[in-house]
Amino acid sequence: MSAPTLEVRNLKTHFFTRGGVVKAVDDVSFTVEAGKVLGLVGESGSGKTVTGFSILGLVDPPGRIAGGQILFKGRDLATLPEAEMRGLRGNRIAMIFQDPMMTLNPVLRIDTQMIETVQAHAKVSREEARQRARDALGQVGIPSPDERLKSYPHQFSGGMRQRVAIAIALLHKPDVIVADEPTTALDVTIQGQILAEAQKLCAQFGTALVWITHDLSVVAGLADDIAVMYAGKVVESGPVAQVLDAPLHPYTLGLIGSVPSRNHRGEPLRQIPGMTPSLLNLPAGCAFRSRCPRAEPGCAEPPPFAEYRPGQHARCIHPHQEAVAA
Amino acid sequence: MTAFLLRRLIQAAAVVLVMSLLVFLGVFAVGDPIEILISPEADQFERERAIKALGLDLPLWRQYLVFLGNALRGDLGRSFVFNEPALRLILDRMPATLELAVGATVAALIIGLPLGLYAGLKPNSPLSKGIMATSILGFSLPTFWVGLMLIMVFAVQLGWLPSTGRGETVTILGMRWSFLTRDGIAHLIMPALNLALFKISLVIRLTRAGVRETMLMDYVKFARAKGLSPARVTFVHVFKNILIPVVTVVGLEFGGTIAFSVVTESVFAWPGMGKLIIDSINVLDRPVMVAYLMMIVLLFITINLVVDITYSLLDPRVRLEGKS
Repeated sequence: MSAPTLEVRNLKTHFFTRGGVVKAVDDVSFTVEAGKVLGLVGESGSGKTVTGFSILGLVDPPGRIAGGQILFKGRDLATLPEAEMRGLRGNRIAMIFQDPMMTLNPVLRIDTQMIETVQAHAKVSREEARQRARDALGQVGIPSPDERLKSYPHQFSGGMRQRVAIAIALLHKPDVIVADEPTTALDVTIQGQILAEAQKLCAQFGTALVWITHDLSVVAGLADDIAVMYAGKVVESGPVAQVLDAPLHPYTLGLIGSVPSRNHRGEPLRQIPGMTPSLLNLPAGCAFRSRCPRAEPGCAEPPPFAEYRPGQHARCIHPHQEAVAA
Repeated sequence: MTAFLLRRLIQAAAVVLVMSLLVFLGVFAVGDPIEILISPEADQFERERAIKALGLDLPLWRQYLVFLGNALRGDLGRSFVFNEPALRLILDRMPATLELAVGATVAALIIGLPLGLYAGLKPNSPLSKGIMATSILGFSLPTFWVGLMLIMVFAVQLGWLPSTGRGETVTILGMRWSFLTRDGIAHLIMPALNLALFKISLVIRLTRAGVRETMLMDYVKFARAKGLSPARVTFVHVFKNILIPVVTVVGLEFGGTIAFSVVTESVFAWPGMGKLIIDSINVLDRPVMVAYLMMIVLLFITINLVVDITYSLLDPRVRLEGKS
């Protein structure tokens, strides 16, 4: 079997601040095959976005990749020189950002922003580049792309802007797309459309998709695999149906329990007690231990990331191996 | 766009009218020119004839209406001192001031933008810190002192540059310009630089602040995620966004420089409008003062209009519809 499209191995991205070392990403591993979708899930501040930026080599000082490997078709991106990385960025590996209102430059026309992307990686004429930009806009379902190319971002709605951003990401038919909560800022109806669009296009082009989100319902509908992050670490990973139906880690269970549902109408919403610990001074051992209902003295030792069921790993010494009623 | 321009034109006319009234009243309050203009030995008859000739015997409101009527025909009065049309006196000196102001503004942009950009992109480098520290000096050193120091060093000690006057000039369109001759440019360098010093500091600080703010924007990160070269990200994506505040401030500063570069013009004996207005105030040459201030009002109105139009070119979200 050939190497997977993207394999992240023990990635550590740390920020060296005056107050100390912030281990935003601390030992994250996952694999995404061509045409598959990985849902990267976690609360704000769990390191999802930094993981995404690490893959694209866009971590700004004082942060840097402090360890581990990011294997893209077998090449390690973590040690790739910036010039080569730039050749991959937007070309083989693209990213879609969270807030579509902020990702397009307000003072440049859509065609400028698309053509420059085409020409950054392909030696083609302006006319040819414009043609490709137009086709990409058509692909993501933007009506009358010729006219829209001449517009400025503020003339688009949020959903349309996100489509433009997706079109830009798709320009070079990349092998990997990192999508950082691309539907969080959108209406539910638009969210559904964008999800369907993303799914269709990835299947069509065989793109490996890393979908970063905190919304489990999105992951349930879209992803093949899931990796749950907490305080910079992947605490559980596995096939999406298996993890959501029978979570091993108490944190995953808590996340699933926090989703408001019709089954618990009238009851107070469930929540995970406490709050995410500061990344500056994480407790030794399991970082979730202070909020975990099953914590025991053994949790003060760092738990191993072990496979409890086929394909399903968890970083916990007392996982929920019994069947769980949601 | 046409509707916008028309609206602005009507607004401008109203502003000019109000300003003319204020200026006229203000100048009237400054003092009585008769005491200065007419020799103390003149007898009563001569005095009255002079007062009548200057039109100062009329009540204030009549004087204002006469002024307004003449102004509409393009006549802003005759100087009491030079006995020449005030407008011509001003226009004669305008090229000198204009080239000084343009020189200073261009220098501010050419020097200030790159330094500010560098300081914004590499905020922690020692050079950036040096640039920012020096810009504080640019803000706080008094213009006349810097001017004198420039003369001391470059004219007196080193003898590289001339210290007074405009040097050789060329006449184009009936106006004398010195920036077209080598000698003229040599004369222009020091006063323009002196005047530019404050502006350079201003542009550096504005640019740096803008760059620092813009670099954090998602669209800059997205531009990088598209695989664009750092040069393209900086000069297209960042630069165009920071120009808006820079254009505003430089526009207003440009107006201020034309109107009030009095100190520099005095230090370098530059025969510009600033020196003319100071001299006119000293001898209470009312028509020149009024004409000068009216010119300045027009100048600021024009500059503001140009700045507004530049906005709409820089930022597509600004539309000049004239609707509020």
